Amino acid sequence: MNNPMREDQITTDPAKPAQRMRAGSMTFAAMPWVIAAFALLVMPFVFTDNSAITIMNQMAITIIFALAYNMLLGQGGMLSFGHAVYAGVGGFACMHVMSNTDFFAMLPLPVLPIFGGLFGMGLAMIIGSFSTRSAGTVFAMISLGVGELIAACSVIIVAFFGGEEGVSGDRTYGMPFFGVEFLQQIEVYYLIAFWLMLSALLMYLFSRTPIGRMANAVRDNPERAEFLGYSSRWVRYYSFIFSGFFAGIAGGLFAINYEIVTEENLNTASSGVILLVTFLGGVGFFFGPIIGAIAFTLLQTVLSLQTDLWAFYAGTLFLATVMFFPGGLAGLLMMHVPAIRMGKASKLVVPYIITLIPALIGILGLAALVEMTFHFRHASFGDEEMTVFWTTFDSHTAMPWVVAIGITVVAFAIMRRMLPTLKSAWAEANAAPKANASSQANSSSQGGAA
Amino acid sequence: MDLVLVNLIDGLVTGLLLFMLSAGLTLIFSMMGVLNFAHASFYMLGAYFAYQISIALGFWMGLIFAPLIVGVIGAGVERYGLRRVHQYGHVPELIFTFGLALLIEELVQFIWGRNQMPYQIPDVLNFTAFAISGNSIPAYKVFMIFISIAIFIGLLYVLTKTRVGMIIQAALSYPRTVEALGHNVPLIFMGVFGVGTSLAGVAGVIAGPVLGTFPGMAFVLGSIVFVTIVIGGLGSLWGALVASLLIGWITTFAKSYNIRMEDILNGIGFATPENLDDNMFRDIWAVTSPQIADILPYILMVLILIFRPYGLFGNRDA
Amino acid sequence: MRKSIKLGLGAALALSVSSAAVMAENVKIAFIDPLSGGFAATGINGLNQFEFAAETLVNAKGGVLEGDMFEILPFDNKVSPKESLIQLQVAIDQGARYIVQGNSSGVANALTEAIDKHNRRNPDSQVLFLNYSAVDPALTNEKCNFWHFRFDPHADMKMAALTDMLAENQDIKKVYVIGQDYSFGKAVADAAVSMLAEKRPDIEVVGNELHPIGKVKDFTPYARKIVSSGADAVITGNWGADMLGLGKSILENGFEGPIYTYYAAADGITAAFGESGVDSLYLIAEGDDNPPPKAETQEYVQAFKAKYPDGNMSQTRITNVIQMLAQAINEAGTATDVVQVANALEGMTFTDSLWSTAEMRMRPEDHQLIQDIHIYGHQPVEAPYDMDNSGYGLKIQYTVENASADIATTCDMQRP
Repeated sequence: MNNPMREDQITTDPAKPAQRMRAGSMTFAAMPWVIAAFALLVMPFVFTDNSAITIMNQMAITIIFALAYNMLLGQGGMLSFGHAVYAGVGGFACMHVMSNTDFFAMLPLPVLPIFGGLFGMGLAMIIGSFSTRSAGTVFAMISLGVGELIAACSVIIVAFFGGEEGVSGDRTYGMPFFGVEFLQQIEVYYLIAFWLMLSALLMYLFSRTPIGRMANAVRDNPERAEFLGYSSRWVRYYSFIFSGFFAGIAGGLFAINYEIVTEENLNTASSGVILLVTFLGGVGFFFGPIIGAIAFTLLQTVLSLQTDLWAFYAGTLFLATVMFFPGGLAGLLMMHVPAIRMGKASKLVVPYIITLIPALIGILGLAALVEMTFHFRHASFGDEEMTVFWTTFDSHTAMPWVVAIGITVVAFAIMRRMLPTLKSAWAEANAAPKANASSQANSSSQGGAA
Repeated sequence: MDLVLVNLIDGLVTGLLLFMLSAGLTLIFSMMGVLNFAHASFYMLGAYFAYQISIALGFWMGLIFAPLIVGVIGAGVERYGLRRVHQYGHVPELIFTFGLALLIEELVQFIWGRNQMPYQIPDVLNFTAFAISGNSIPAYKVFMIFISIAIFIGLLYVLTKTRVGMIIQAALSYPRTVEALGHNVPLIFMGVFGVGTSLAGVAGVIAGPVLGTFPGMAFVLGSIVFVTIVIGGLGSLWGALVASLLIGWITTFAKSYNIRMEDILNGIGFATPENLDDNMFRDIWAVTSPQIADILPYILMVLILIFRPYGLFGNRDA
Repeated sequence: MRKSIKLGLGAALALSVSSAAVMAENVKIAFIDPLSGGFAATGINGLNQFEFAAETLVNAKGGVLEGDMFEILPFDNKVSPKESLIQLQVAIDQGARYIVQGNSSGVANALTEAIDKHNRRNPDSQVLFLNYSAVDPALTNEKCNFWHFRFDPHADMKMAALTDMLAENQDIKKVYVIGQDYSFGKAVADAAVSMLAEKRPDIEVVGNELHPIGKVKDFTPYARKIVSSGADAVITGNWGADMLGLGKSILENGFEGPIYTYYAAADGITAAFGESGVDSLYLIAEGDDNPPPKAETQEYVQAFKAKYPDGNMSQTRITNVIQMLAQAINEAGTATDVVQVANALEGMTFTDSLWSTAEMRMRPEDHQLIQDIHIYGHQPVEAPYDMDNSGYGLKIQYTVENASADIATTCDMQRP
């Protein structure tokens, strides 16, 4: 029975992303966690710059927040448009603890995020008591309304939210933690990395508990879950509360890292961003939001150093993901698991290289054309030189355009030619041996019940 | 008391404008069962196209052609985008429109830049229609009222009295049956989406000169349109009308009168705390109605969703 | 596993970004302001003015010290405090020792605190914060620190200049104050009320209200209230779309009196008001008349407009930032020891060759630049001295010399 279950986990229908997160085996694989912990440990030795560490801190915070969000969206099927509120309130709570110097001086900094978590959880308990009564559009719209309300309150209720300037504090006033005062970014990095591992582990374990499993059941078929004797409302409520807790932790870590929390931590734009991050990574897998958070932070922070059009590229990437890979980046990766399991992945390597390299060149060519158009339209008068991909040229002459269009067209033409090769290789790599085919079909029909 | 009349007119203009957006959105919702987050973006496109056309051909050509272009783009989005995503389910659909809204905003900035566009009221309508005790009512507002009412009547007529409208209504409720009767349902869906977005385009054309034509105009209006149709009841045209007017009047009156939270709290029996400056809730005591006017609709929506999840006029659970 | 690979990739990218530019002897000035999103127009225009000023006023004249050139490094903060702090870190890693920022006091507040902490914790990479436009009074009062210098008169100083003018105008009996509901809007309102009460006790403040920032779609109801209150003048600190919406609405609904503003110009606002704003809109700022009286200044503006035809020479203080920084570096004899540069800036008197001939002074008590403040009117102005290429621009109506030179400060400056 074990074998079909595993098969089932890896050969789901890409057309139904919501069903992707399947029960799978109950065994807990420790290896990925050990590797992740080790990677987190050595990362600062590879990238020693303060800015690289700051960006990694930002990534880690986004990862926790996105994982918490996915407890709702991916595991519980609840679409929230106002989840930044819980992270933000957690952050504000931590900041107030930090500014209460007498109390803070007795408190080691690493325990501070718990306050954020508790406040996020408390707010989630209040809001969830009425918003989780039903899922779907009602839940989504209540989350939108509440999100807007609290964001609006943040500029009106200055005593708690500090107006648009926010609330700030100094993390070094806490009780030294084994002699560490958290003066440097690197010390904060390890604090955040510790919380990242802990929260990710706890959230993963939550998804393995009966409540976590029931959340999946309620997501897929609330009626059936009710018939089994579960109150779908309570199941949603529990998911919501735990999600609020971890969002609050993320907010608390934000407060520690930046030492300032402002209205942007809970406004609707932040709520929208976390939705994008999670969906980009893939809601169907536990690690999906992790990939999404990393990719989006790079887009926002690193790509924006290179081009003012970063949001345009991010939007395009996002739309392309929704249209062509609804499983997100994680779904894209997991499509390869069957081939790897069957030991046929090597068949894909060459077709991938000959298809994806021209595709990449074509996409970069398109990006270059976009940049050139933008420069041609908006650059200052007389400033006709521009640099794209380390090449400097005059955007007002025909030559660069011919070259860029030429490269793009040729690259896409090559890609088109190579596509059939890739398709057949894909089919071949994924063709199950005859004996296995029937069990595979069998298991996918069991899909709904699993 | 004259101010009440003026406010009624102003609220009517705001409400009718909102209605033009929410009418299209609610039609689209009845059809596809999904909220179109990019709806306000089509409103913005309407304003920008109209501005571009008005430079060359004048305002009136803009009024005619901009909504047509927006409608065609909307139909294209349905045909090549939404229809593809539809198979994945409602959440990806909703997220698709969400992403589309972001992309359209970026595109508009890419093409027109980030500044306000000097899109102006046509000279023919740039005069004061009448004045009520010193408060002038611009002719353009009267024009906006008439256009919106004409559109509502036209829409109602088409939907309830014509054959096309009957088929649309049938297709909304029983798409399979209508398809079996030989009608091209995907085409109807595409058409409804196109018409819905072009209505948003009309709203953009006529609102652009008064409310400003800038890349943030969709974001400012975006979520309030949802609030409207949720309050009115998803899929109900009458609901959209009533909710739009309600929101128009509530916000206008809340802005026009300085009602202080302190007075309300005193009125229901709470005494003002002695030293207010040290009080934890001092900000709540100091709130005035203009401060919160634009978030009142959200409060209304949350309350309605809690006590009447299908909205004022809705007949099905959202 | 996958997490680690992705994180590695990410950090590799970050590293390649941050170590890309540590080579030349340039004096790196990090410009941290919005370059994408809704406020990008203002940010990009400011960046253009900084680059032009550094090029024309410093580099073309041989640079500072022994030929070190000014280099402006642009960073996009998307008007987000969080992004600003990340970009600050990247800027410091890239070797920038001077940070310039101006859009949003919220961001300025986050930056000044972060820089204060950074300088205390990292004495070997200290930086200075040259604030060219964030006018929250708190930044040079209770939130002041040694590393922050402000080149724009703050909100209270501007209001003091405006109320000086109103004090002489006996036609105005009733004033309506309206603003955005956040710290700056409130600061403007409080200053207006208290200063009017002091200078013209007979003026009645017939309305004092705040509206949500960036959320109001239609300003008509506010305009109705203003008209029916019988106010002779309106004072507002609004900016951006809120300024345009409010102003247009007030004018359309038949208000005849003056509207005194902080930010009703440039970035499309001047063009959008056009003819309707003439003799109605006023603006409080530092700077010079249009066209500027001096020939060399005219040349400077013409050269700028030739390079950036869509740009506006809207923030003349930017040239002060560049020139005063150059002078301070030369006086200190170093561009790397920012404490010495700060000491040179502190108390510096500076006579501008471009705009105004009046002497300016960086007040040592709070690092606030003291200069002339003008009340401008929205008037027809010939190109290229107009705004938004609209044929309209700003003309000086009233001047307060050495404005608020002795305005009180609560700053308790902690020097290193």
